[in-house]
Amino acid sequence: MITLDHYLYLSAILFFIGVFGVLFRRNLIVILMSIELMLNAVNLSFIAFSRYTASMDGHVFAFFVMAVAAAEAGIGLAILVMLFRNRRTVQADDLTLMRD
Amino acid sequence: MERLADYIVYNLPFLQQIPRVIVDLIIMLFFATCMLLFWVALFAGITSWVERRVAGRIQSRIGPNRVGPQGFLQWIADGLKCFLKEDFVPAAADKKLFLLAPYIVFAGMFAVFVVVPFGDGLIISNLNIGIFYVLAISSLVVVGILMSGWSSNNKWSLLGGMRSAAQIVSYEIPVSLAILPVILLTGSLGMQDIIRAQGPYPWQWFAFHNPFTFIAFFIFFIGALAEGNRTPFDIPEAESELVAGYNTEYSGMRFVFFFFAEWANLYIIAALTVTLFLGGWNTPAHLYTNLFGLLHRSVDVAGTFVFILKSLFLVFVIIWIRWTLPRLRVDQMMDVCWKYFVPFSFANIVGTIIWMVLADAAPVLGYVRYILFVVGLMVPLAIAMKITRNFRLAKSEIHLNPFI
Amino acid sequence: MEAVAFYIIAAIAVFGALLMITRRNPLAGAFSLVVSLIALAGIYAMLRAELIFILQILVYAGAIMVLVIFTIMLLNLREEELEEPPAGKIKTLIILAAVAFGCYGIIKVLSGAPDEVPRVPENFGSVEKVGELMLTSYLYPFEIISVVLLVAIVGVVLLAKKVI
Repeated sequence: MITLDHYLYLSAILFFIGVFGVLFRRNLIVILMSIELMLNAVNLSFIAFSRYTASMDGHVFAFFVMAVAAAEAGIGLAILVMLFRNRRTVQADDLTLMRD
Repeated sequence: MERLADYIVYNLPFLQQIPRVIVDLIIMLFFATCMLLFWVALFAGITSWVERRVAGRIQSRIGPNRVGPQGFLQWIADGLKCFLKEDFVPAAADKKLFLLAPYIVFAGMFAVFVVVPFGDGLIISNLNIGIFYVLAISSLVVVGILMSGWSSNNKWSLLGGMRSAAQIVSYEIPVSLAILPVILLTGSLGMQDIIRAQGPYPWQWFAFHNPFTFIAFFIFFIGALAEGNRTPFDIPEAESELVAGYNTEYSGMRFVFFFFAEWANLYIIAALTVTLFLGGWNTPAHLYTNLFGLLHRSVDVAGTFVFILKSLFLVFVIIWIRWTLPRLRVDQMMDVCWKYFVPFSFANIVGTIIWMVLADAAPVLGYVRYILFVVGLMVPLAIAMKITRNFRLAKSEIHLNPFI
Repeated sequence: MEAVAFYIIAAIAVFGALLMITRRNPLAGAFSLVVSLIALAGIYAMLRAELIFILQILVYAGAIMVLVIFTIMLLNLREEELEEPPAGKIKTLIILAAVAFGCYGIIKVLSGAPDEVPRVPENFGSVEKVGELMLTSYLYPFEIISVVLLVAIVGVVLLAKKVI
C-alpha cells in the first residue's frame, strides 16, 4: 500500500540530492541540473497532494513550475555560454571577480 | 486491448488462476513482440530493399538483384551479415553510453507504435492523449542520438549528433504547431477520434478542410521529414561530409538498430500524416460491405487495407523525394524552419480559429474544401505532366521496366 | 503490485539523481538525470496525472535536457575533479534536511490529505480537465506564464547572440 508519505519522502530525498548538488559541485551546468531536479521534486509533491486530495490544482501548478523551469534553463544556459565565451570557464570558483 | 485481454482470459480458464496483472503483462509483451517481428521488422527490411531498388532506377542503375527473385531477399542477407559481424567498440569511446545509445533511439521509435492506428479498433492502445504522446516519446530519440554522437569519441559522430539534435529540436516546433489546427477541428487528441472526424472521400479529409489546414499539411509533412533525418534534411548523416554522422562508429547489430529505427520512422511519418490529414482508415461503408461480405467486420478489413495503402504510397513518396532532391545546407535548413515554418504555422492556428468561427456563421465556406481538393489534385497532375515530358525528351535512354 | 512498481521506479529516480551529482563528467551526469526524470514521469502516470506525465517527457527529457546536453557538447567541457565536501556544509545540510522532513509532516497534517487514495473520476488529470481549470480559475497566472516565456525567449536571444 503506497500512501502519501511515500511520495513525499521520495520528493524530499530527490530535493536534498538537488541541494547537495548545488552546494558541493563547482560546475555551473551541474548546479543548473541540480536546480532542475529540485523543481522536479517540488512537482512530485504537487502531483501527489493533488491525487490524494482529489483536486487538480496541483497539476496546474506543476505545469507552471515546468514553464518556469524551461525559461530558467534557457536563460541559465545562455548566461553560461556567454560566461564561457568571455572567461573560458564554467567553474563557479573561478568566477569571483565581484568578490575579490 | 483491455477487451482483448478479457476475452483471452475468459476463454482460457487456466489463466484465471494466475494474477491478472501478470497475464496482462504477458499479453502485452506478446503483442509487442508480434508487432516488432511481423510488422516493424518486416516493413523495415522490405523497405530497405525497395528503397535501394527505387534509388537504382532513379539513378539509371539496377540496384540489388542477386539474392532471391529480383534481389528481394537482399534484406535478409544484409541482416544476417550484420548479425554475424563483430560488435566493435572503439577504444576511446565511453563504453556504457556507446552500448546503450542504439537501444534508446530504437525504443523511442518503437514506443510510438503504441498509438499508431491500423484500422477501426485496430490500435494497440487508443490513449486519449494520442498525438501528444507521439510528440513526447519521439523527442526521446534526440537523447539517444546525442548519446551515440558523443560517446563514439569521433569528430564526425559528434558533429552528426549535434546537427541532428539542433534539427530535431527546431523542427519539433513547426510540426507540433501544424498538428494544432487538426486538434482544434477535432476537439480531441485521440488518434481514432481524429480519424473519425474526417470522411472517406478526399474532400472530407483535413488536408483539404480549409486553406490553413492545407498549408499545415505541407508544413507537417516536410517538418516530419526533417525530424526523421530524411533527405533533403539529412545533414546529420550527410555521407559526403560526415562519413555517416552519429552512427559512424557502430557495426553489427547496433548499426542495424539505428537503421531499423530509421526505416520504422519512415512508416511512422507516413501513418501519422495519413491519420492527421489524409482521412486515415475511413472507407465508404456501402462500397466495401459487399466486397468483403464474407468476413465478419467487413469495413475494418477494407479500412485497414486503405490505411496501409495510403501509408505505403507516402513511404514511396518519401523515398522518391530522397533520391530526387539535393541536400540543404545547415543554415538554409534552420532558415526554412525558423523564418518560414514557425511563423506560418502560428498564422495557421489563428487562421483556423477564425475559419471555425466564420464557418459557423456562413455554411457556404464548407464548399471551399472542393476547391482545395481540385487545387491539391493539380500538384500530382503537374508532376505527372512534367514526368511525361521528360520521358518524351529522353525516350531512347530510359528503361521503364523495373525488373532487369 | 502498485507498491513494487513504486519502489522500482523510485529507486531508479533516486539512483539517477545520485549519479547526476557524483559523476565527474557533466555529460554522463546529464544522461543519468534524463533517466531520473523519465522515472519521475512514470510516478506521475501512477498518480493519474496524464497531462503532467506527457509534459514531463516532452518538456524535461525532450527539451530542457537536450538543451543542457547540447550546451555541454558545444562548450566541450572536460572532466573535473571532485573535491571533498567541507564538514561545515555537511552539518548545515543535515540540519536543513531534518527541518525539511519535519516540515513535510506538518504540511501533511495541515493539508488534511487522507492516507487512503480517494476515488477520482475517470478523466482526472486529463488534458481537458486540467486545461479547463487552467483557463478558468488560473487564467491570470496562465497569462503571466506566457509573458514569462516570451521574456525568456527574448532574453536568451539577446544574451547568446554575438552581435546584435
